[in-house]
Amino acid sequence: MGFLTTTFNSLLGWARKYSLFHYPFVTACCGMEYMSAACAHFDIDRFGAGWTRFSPRQADMLLVVGTITQKQAPVLRTVYEQMTEPKWVMAIGACAVSGGIYDNYAVVQGVEAVIPVDVFIPGCPPRPETILDALLKLQDKIQKQDQDWRWKRRGS
Amino acid sequence: MTEVLVVFALFGALGAALVFLNALLGPRRHSPVKDTPFECGSPPLEREIKPFPVKFYLVAFLFLVFDIEIVFFFPWAVVFRELGPAGLAVMGAFVFVLAVGFAYAWKKGAFQWDS
Repeated sequence: MGFLTTTFNSLLGWARKYSLFHYPFVTACCGMEYMSAACAHFDIDRFGAGWTRFSPRQADMLLVVGTITQKQAPVLRTVYEQMTEPKWVMAIGACAVSGGIYDNYAVVQGVEAVIPVDVFIPGCPPRPETILDALLKLQDKIQKQDQDWRWKRRGS
Repeated sequence: MTEVLVVFALFGALGAALVFLNALLGPRRHSPVKDTPFECGSPPLEREIKPFPVKFYLVAFLFLVFDIEIVFFFPWAVVFRELGPAGLAVMGAFVFVLAVGFAYAWKKGAFQWDS
């Protein structure tokens, strides 16, 4: 029984890590690096995350790309909550990770305060390779984590 | 032929299995926030589809009349010489039916925008 559960878990992880649909929440200049990573030059599609979805209903990876101001925070929260489970979040760039150079009252000092984050990507802006590396790390994490699925028993 | 059938059967079954698996495995969870319409994360400005004048439907129906006419006129124009008088007669009957509809719409005042 234990063997079946772990095999199932790992199969689910394998299926999920190579079929990530991402929703780009692009608010600032890191968006250029995101575009470069997503398009032909660096081609994020090689790693199975090629589909950019502009509706959170169809996405399971939220890319927070850029500065999140206090006004933007509830918007980000709503987008995150409207995503389908299972969902993962990448904070791309110094602003999303920690507020970056905007150490002031208007900017959220790291999106972790608003939504849970799986991978933090440093850099101002990060190189596309860094984003790809983070994607590989996220895939690793997805493979290893306890999978959430429809008939999963809770609290056991 | 057999290869094609095998491919269709195999990948058709695969597609069906994937759809089914998705329904079986994907978590379905609802929350008030999740069930609101998606407006890029901002609060929805309007709650439902607003009514709009029924005249627009009329325009759509009238468009259909002229659209069908054009759709059949162009191929007819291409083979006009080959078909000869017989084609002309058939087309005349067709246009007559359309003209009846057109006259009916006219009489009903479908072309009066403000009435």
